[in-house]
Amino acid sequence: MYPAAAPQQVNLVPIVRDDDVVRVRQAVRTAALAAKLSLVDQTKLVTAASELARNTLIYGGGGRAEIEQADNGRKRGVRVVFADEGPGIADLELAMTDGYTSGNGMGLGLSGARRLVDEFDIDTAAGRGTRITVTKWAR
Amino acid sequence: MDRVPVLKIGDILLVSIQVDMDDNTALALQDTLTERIVETSAHGVIIDITALDIVDSFIGRMLSTIASVSRVLDAETVVVGMRPAVAITLVELGLSLTGVRTALNVERAMELLELSRPARASSLSVVGDGLDVFDDDSPVA
Repeated sequence: MYPAAAPQQVNLVPIVRDDDVVRVRQAVRTAALAAKLSLVDQTKLVTAASELARNTLIYGGGGRAEIEQADNGRKRGVRVVFADEGPGIADLELAMTDGYTSGNGMGLGLSGARRLVDEFDIDTAAGRGTRITVTKWAR
Repeated sequence: MDRVPVLKIGDILLVSIQVDMDDNTALALQDTLTERIVETSAHGVIIDITALDIVDSFIGRMLSTIASVSRVLDAETVVVGMRPAVAITLVELGLSLTGVRTALNVERAMELLELSRPARASSLSVVGDGLDVFDDDSPVA
């Protein structure tokens, strides 16, 4: 087994400007390395984080990413929360559809990010902001 | 904001992306490259992404756009050096990089561009220096 995890620390990265998306990517990569994710899994998680951080910035009007080590007793992993106080998503089913976009993106952000992680949870409603939690486990 | 340098080698433009680009840097590169293609009458563009540890939908779209725009300007774009983990992730993300040619490395890309040259050379000799196309405001008869 791996050594006992260090006390849980949440790394909070504000998402306010364009280059904050880069900072989120870098922080998530550092966390993925610490959790000993494989190279492919690191790449998937960082890519998903990049899509979701951009959504937070563009659609949520800015917000934050909360990055932490996860541990379910059997595996280690990384959990990232993307939270904003923006307009929220009125039609979640539609927003999760491949190719659907309300902006000028490619419509792969949400649906694509979901495919790249092991757990994907979204909490949103019109006028209530959006909170997306993703987790990737080391194999 | 970082800038990505564009190098000219013969009639090929070489771009090696060495920074973790934010979206504005990516858009700036797209614009710079388009201008340079016209300025230099380049016939090929090689984009080296060896240093990129991810390609998300924004960067993917930038690569597709550069490929399409350069084709309209009579230049072929080849993307080289994609890491295996990046390729796997791109496919899973659902990005197909429509119209983007790829090669394993810069050398192979040069060979690819060399192969597509003879056809271009003959079509060029018909239209003169090629840039006339952009200067000519007269309507087509």
